[in-house]
Amino acid sequence: MAEKKLKPEELVQIELSPPAREWMDPSVNFRKGTWNYAAVPDTLDYLGLPNAGKWSPPDEEWPLPDNWQEIIHNGIKERLEKYRSFKVFMDICVRCGACADKCHFFIGSGDPKNMPVLRAELLRSIYRNDFTMAGKVLGKIAGGRKLSKQIIKEWFYYFFQCTECRRCSVFCPYGIDTAEITMIGRELLSLLGLGIEWVCTPLANCFRTGNHLGIQPHGFKDSLEFAVDELEEITGIRVNAPINKKGAEILFVAPSADYFASPHYYTLLGYLALFHELGLDYTWSSYASEGGNFGLFHSHEMIKRLNSKIYMEARRLGVKWIIGGECGHMWRVLNQYMDTMNGPADFLEVPVSPYTGTKFEHAASTKMIHISEFTADLIKHNKLNLDPRRNDHWVATYHDSCNPARSMGLLEEPRFIIKNVANNFHEMPENTIREQTFCCGSGAGLGTDENMEMRLRGGLPRANAVNYVKDKFGVNVLLCMCAIDKATLPPLLEYWVPGVEVAGVHELVGNALVMKGERPRTTDLRGEPMKGFGDAAGEEAQDV
Amino acid sequence: MFDAGKVIIGLVIFLVLITFPVWYNATIGNASYVPDPQIITTAPACVAPTAYMKASHMDLLNQWRDDVVRRGNREYVAADGTVYNKSLTKTCMDCHSNKAEFCDRCHDYVAVGQPDCWDCHIAPEGGAR
Amino acid sequence: MRFLVSLVAVLVLMGAAYFGSASSGGQYLFGVIIPYAAIALFIAGVLYRVLGWAKSPVPFRISTTCGQQRSLPWIKNSTLDNPHGTLGVLGRMALEVLFFRSLFRNTKAQIHGRPAFRFVYGADKYLWLGALAFHWSFLLIFIRHYRFFAEPVPGAVLGLQSLDGIMQVWVPSVLITNVLIIGALVYLWGRRLVNPQVRYISLAADHFPLLLLLSVAGTGAYMRYFSKVDLIGIKQLAMGLVSFAPVVPDGLAPLFFTHLFLVCVLFAYFPVSKLMHMGGIFFSPTRNLANNNRAARHINPWNYPVKVHTYEEYEDEFRDVMKAADMPVEKE
Repeated sequence: MAEKKLKPEELVQIELSPPAREWMDPSVNFRKGTWNYAAVPDTLDYLGLPNAGKWSPPDEEWPLPDNWQEIIHNGIKERLEKYRSFKVFMDICVRCGACADKCHFFIGSGDPKNMPVLRAELLRSIYRNDFTMAGKVLGKIAGGRKLSKQIIKEWFYYFFQCTECRRCSVFCPYGIDTAEITMIGRELLSLLGLGIEWVCTPLANCFRTGNHLGIQPHGFKDSLEFAVDELEEITGIRVNAPINKKGAEILFVAPSADYFASPHYYTLLGYLALFHELGLDYTWSSYASEGGNFGLFHSHEMIKRLNSKIYMEARRLGVKWIIGGECGHMWRVLNQYMDTMNGPADFLEVPVSPYTGTKFEHAASTKMIHISEFTADLIKHNKLNLDPRRNDHWVATYHDSCNPARSMGLLEEPRFIIKNVANNFHEMPENTIREQTFCCGSGAGLGTDENMEMRLRGGLPRANAVNYVKDKFGVNVLLCMCAIDKATLPPLLEYWVPGVEVAGVHELVGNALVMKGERPRTTDLRGEPMKGFGDAAGEEAQDV
Repeated sequence: MFDAGKVIIGLVIFLVLITFPVWYNATIGNASYVPDPQIITTAPACVAPTAYMKASHMDLLNQWRDDVVRRGNREYVAADGTVYNKSLTKTCMDCHSNKAEFCDRCHDYVAVGQPDCWDCHIAPEGGAR
Repeated sequence: MRFLVSLVAVLVLMGAAYFGSASSGGQYLFGVIIPYAAIALFIAGVLYRVLGWAKSPVPFRISTTCGQQRSLPWIKNSTLDNPHGTLGVLGRMALEVLFFRSLFRNTKAQIHGRPAFRFVYGADKYLWLGALAFHWSFLLIFIRHYRFFAEPVPGAVLGLQSLDGIMQVWVPSVLITNVLIIGALVYLWGRRLVNPQVRYISLAADHFPLLLLLSVAGTGAYMRYFSKVDLIGIKQLAMGLVSFAPVVPDGLAPLFFTHLFLVCVLFAYFPVSKLMHMGGIFFSPTRNLANNNRAARHINPWNYPVKVHTYEEYEDEFRDVMKAADMPVEKE
């Protein structure tokens, strides 16, 4: 966080009226707490990315290659020819302003360049100046700006103040998607060697070890075994967590934070309990030990380079189909990019649930389904013995993660599961959930400590909606299905809404799941006591 | 994916709509038609110059109606000093005696619709030509 | 000030046509040459821009999903906000193009009660209403003008016109679309001046088209309701143009040439401006694609092989630790 720690009541004094300075002025103040550390050269070199240099954003002079203007110009040109989205979005914005107060960063910071329209104009003004007739003839009057080093700095600042959450694109009358603009903007910056450490280091890790955290195969195995031990302590049942098992029916891919970070970890316990109880013939993979894909926060090429592992591993292990765990941007990649980039997955079979016989026709080509689609189907067919009273210590609300909501439409499956595993569930106000959900404010690689002020600002609208249901219904847990949410919402809520925990949906499934032969549970997967399941009441309650 | 087929269909629809006047008039329309309102001239001149009457006769008729019906004022003095009776049937229709062959010709041509005159007055059907 | 530049530009254009059409040569210029040039620029420009977009492929199916996906049969799919097939996409696009579905969602974020803050996202339909009023009025007015470009006037145009004039006040009847378009344009321009955020983001290219449209609607309405012009002569000019036998009848009013010239400017300006959103909306990949990514593979024509890290390379690096941890390996 910034040197001077701002109190919530200070941070919320947001000045929404724009400054006197026109937006065309590109100067940026790299104030501590609002930007991310630069990528370290080693990671870029490892990935074979160009123009790696040692620098820091507040530096006066950035180490740009000599022909940086040419690189940007040609980079824009190439992308205009490759992406209809980019070309159309550069041309058709009418600046109606409907997107302005839809962005969590604008709401939380009041910085006009965090209005999606202006974020796009930062790039659009260069496009107009270099590629349109009006811009070439009329220049500034037509909204054109000449590329400068200062503009590169401005791009870096603002394209790394966008979480690619796509909320603005829901409201745009032309469907202009700022995520698309930001992705292209970041690609252009990466051509100059300008990236952030929190994106590029996980990229290099994932490329090498199979996961963002850089966990090597034996570490991965240790983590899972540790989880197996822990689950045994709670339930008395020793489950199996097969790794790299050839010939399994299903490959399971989860975000790596699930087996290494908290509170993700409890969701992992939930998966393990569920798969054991079903007797699922599945395997983890150490090579494809990451469902998330920070390539999405870097460039289309990096998405493909990292994502390739999932299909390659499915082929090597000879599985029939794939289940993916709880993650947000991972599902944007799996739903909208994987099949196009690394398909066709014709060596796999259309997923069929071995327990309900449901054929997941909607994944007929990609052959990968979301764990909540799998679980919702099981619950609907009464295949699970669930005791929702075991979640009575939780009063839950559900945070739709941006990408599953707006790049997939996974809205009802998690809600159906939650309602079947918990008795106390309350929705946040309707303009803050489902397709209108607010981002955690730390996605797209921005979840770093050095960027804490911007994260708190960006997360304010989400936190504020949580605060509403906390006051109204006594909500004490925010459920979500995104690894970045689980990592970044706890500090956010601690700051804005103390007293609300963060948990995964399958953590609550694991709590409610009555396993055959389990010992009477007195604690939930976190080892915390459950309401009505004290030592004496425990026996009785298990008899249902 | 380029969706060339859909783009071409869209562009064809655009071109067909935007060029509607050209192909409409070239086929079912009659581009060279010029309305020819028929007048039986009994008076040497109209109450006002033709150019004014062509564009603004509705203003004059409206004025006359208000003057006669609301104020009982029936005298109109033209620019050349001639005095006329402010009356549709007794003045105007002396010369412009056929609704179908005078009024309607232009009104139909530029589609200004039926004037309110005939809500009260009986439309003249044939001139004493 | 960006709006002043636009205002001056529109006034200069008006003056040029008003005074420029005084001579017969000027009338031929403003009545024949400029209209032909403008419509040629419009058609060629729109085709150029649209084909320009069409030349770039759609590499990924990136629909923005605004409702429940189609997954399990017992979960209701939101067909129009998250379509999974062509029919749904057509419905979604029709709602966008005809009724501005996305803009209808518009909310306004407000902070209540500082410092014990609370954000409230109230519905805000004014922009939607203003935009809808303007666009529909413009379309109907455009169609109504076919009365000058078609002989005999098609029944549909007559019907539309009598519906538009159903209020029956004033002579000639006030047309509802006239009132709406001017009201809507004043609102749309007013918010660019008054709302601080919208003023901040507005370029000259945003003020100019609004002022241009306002001047078009204003001159048109002024001619209809106040100054009156020779419609017969105007239709003769128009018919001459569309049958490629142009004539300029005598006695056409300078205000008419002003109106016509402003329309010509609008046509010529259209393809080089943001007004191309008319065509662009049909090309928006977040709206015009079905969310059936996992059911049907989308093809990227430039999908190229990238440098990947294969399992063999991975095992080569980690074989020892994998063996030590009792993990299966391909090569001993």
